[in-house]
Amino acid sequence: MIVDARSISKRFGNRLAVDQLNLQVPAGTCFGLLGPNGAGKTTTLRMIYGVTKPSSGTILVFGSDIARHLRAVRSRLGVTLQHNVLIEQLTPVENLRVFGRYHLLRHADLSRRIEELIELFELRSHAQVPVKNLSGGFKRRLAIALSLINRPELVILDEPTTGLDPAVRLALWSRIRTLQAAGTTVLLTTHYMDEAQRLCDQVAIMCGGKIIDEGVPAELIASRLARETVEFDCDSAEEAALLDGAGAFPRRLRSGRRIMLYLDDATTLINHIRRWDQGDRRALVVRPTNLEDLFLSLTGTSLENDL
Amino acid sequence: MSVSLPHAVAVWRRNAAIYKRTWLWNILPNFFEPVFYLVAIGVGLGAYITQMGGTSYISFLAPALVSVAAMHGASFEVTYNVYVRLTFEKAYDAMLTTPIEPDDILAGEVLWAVTRSSIYGGTFFIVVALAGLAPLPSSLLVLPLVPLTGLLFALIGMAFSLRIPTIDLFSYYFTLFLTPLFLLSGVFFPLEERLSEGWLWVAEILPLLHPVRLARAAFRGEASLVVLWDLAYLLGMSFLLVVLARRGVQRRLTD
Ligand SMILES: Nc1ncnc2c1ncn2[C@@H]1O[C@H](COP(=O)(O)OP(=O)(O)OP(=O)(O)O)[C@@H](O)[C@H]1O
Ligand SMILES: [Mg+2]
Repeated sequence: MIVDARSISKRFGNRLAVDQLNLQVPAGTCFGLLGPNGAGKTTTLRMIYGVTKPSSGTILVFGSDIARHLRAVRSRLGVTLQHNVLIEQLTPVENLRVFGRYHLLRHADLSRRIEELIELFELRSHAQVPVKNLSGGFKRRLAIALSLINRPELVILDEPTTGLDPAVRLALWSRIRTLQAAGTTVLLTTHYMDEAQRLCDQVAIMCGGKIIDEGVPAELIASRLARETVEFDCDSAEEAALLDGAGAFPRRLRSGRRIMLYLDDATTLINHIRRWDQGDRRALVVRPTNLEDLFLSLTGTSLENDL
Repeated sequence: MSVSLPHAVAVWRRNAAIYKRTWLWNILPNFFEPVFYLVAIGVGLGAYITQMGGTSYISFLAPALVSVAAMHGASFEVTYNVYVRLTFEKAYDAMLTTPIEPDDILAGEVLWAVTRSSIYGGTFFIVVALAGLAPLPSSLLVLPLVPLTGLLFALIGMAFSLRIPTIDLFSYYFTLFLTPLFLLSGVFFPLEERLSEGWLWVAEILPLLHPVRLARAAFRGEASLVVLWDLAYLLGMSFLLVVLARRGVQRRLTD
């Protein structure tokens, strides 16, 4: 295991941000930590790289206790923080140089590494422009490049693609796969379930400081929900009448007027709804069930608990 | 946990890399400030106050102002600048993802503040010397005093900055601490001629008093036992403040 967190908890005042969490990240995998805002993802990551001390529990990274071998462990990992931390007045190359010095990289080695990262993240065109003049996508690419300056064996990415356009996200996904292909272990958090489904070999879904489900995305979906999802608008009063006599449904999920039904074969239900609607055809979406459905069914669709 | 000097230097070099971009604009005001003092006092106030502490008023003031420049040079760096790096730029959060530890950050920042203080105090001294107010070579002894003064005020500022919850509190640091120090540490008038014996003892706690007295001794080129006490104060107080600032940096940067 590259990361082995055993029963870790973190208390801030009387708030339990992480609650007896167990997390094992095997070598070479891409592991996704998912969960609603405030679930405790960032706090968990901070404990793994040793800035936040767990209130209880132990964490082994590369087999070493992070609390006792902080410098040694950190020299082998890289972290992209949730919010970019860049020196706005300096250029990307200068930022990389400053960051490389934090790892005590020697001048020649550092210059070589900077070249590689500029190449990998396609930063060449603006390599000499002050960071404050760069776009959000550019800054994020640079922030990720910084965390790779020491050729880390473990990369921790806290929401790497939040706020980026589709092209940049796609480009970043391919870089993350490149890293993984080269043997790097990746631990990331994301609010995008499509991202998790595409990138992650394994995911853990967190809520209220606990892991509530964990596994391979496709297997999780198949075991918890049905294969197909039918999605349409209708209010709760209509729902009862509409679905009466349409068969028993294992799961359904509602958010406002939107309802989602999970079943293995949607044909019968669709025909039933069409008959009910008579000529007046409502818009139906039929699609494969995805990780987002699982996520919502586990963590809920209400905003009441959102802080 | 202990300080790793290479890591502290890496922190220092971060600040140096940014400073390098704007050093000319940064350094210019350091030249103007002493010039204005010398003009205002030499041409203006000096005409009314012909003598103080046994010399012309301008010669009385000059060595003390070099110490004040060292104090200010360090203070700006460890107050507003450190606080911005800490809370707005989150620079330390990024450093703590690398092998850098809180103690290294403290050491690097203090080292940088001492550097800024030396640039500030050093340019002030050059202007004073060019104006013919620094008797050579004895006044050169003020040069090692400048970083020592910077160290003391860097540590006081760090201990403060790492404990306050909002940036607004710095105005108290400046108006209730640095300004009274500036006015009451024997820079503008000799305390020993104005205060009673009892109050003179109390005044010994003022941190700026000691660098000012040392700078004057350097300019005069005469040493007494008081010099030893002043040096002991600078070093001893700095040592105590290191303990305080280390505790602050631990508490603030890790949770
Ligand atoms: N330093 C702190 N002091 C007090 N409370 C904290 C601190 N850090 C985090 N918390 C609280 O712990 C909980 C978990 O926060 P955390 O940042 O880990 O969530 P998250 O899953 O990363 O959320 P998001 O998706 O919004 O980034 C939140 O309720 C937060 O307010
Ligand atoms: Mg977070």
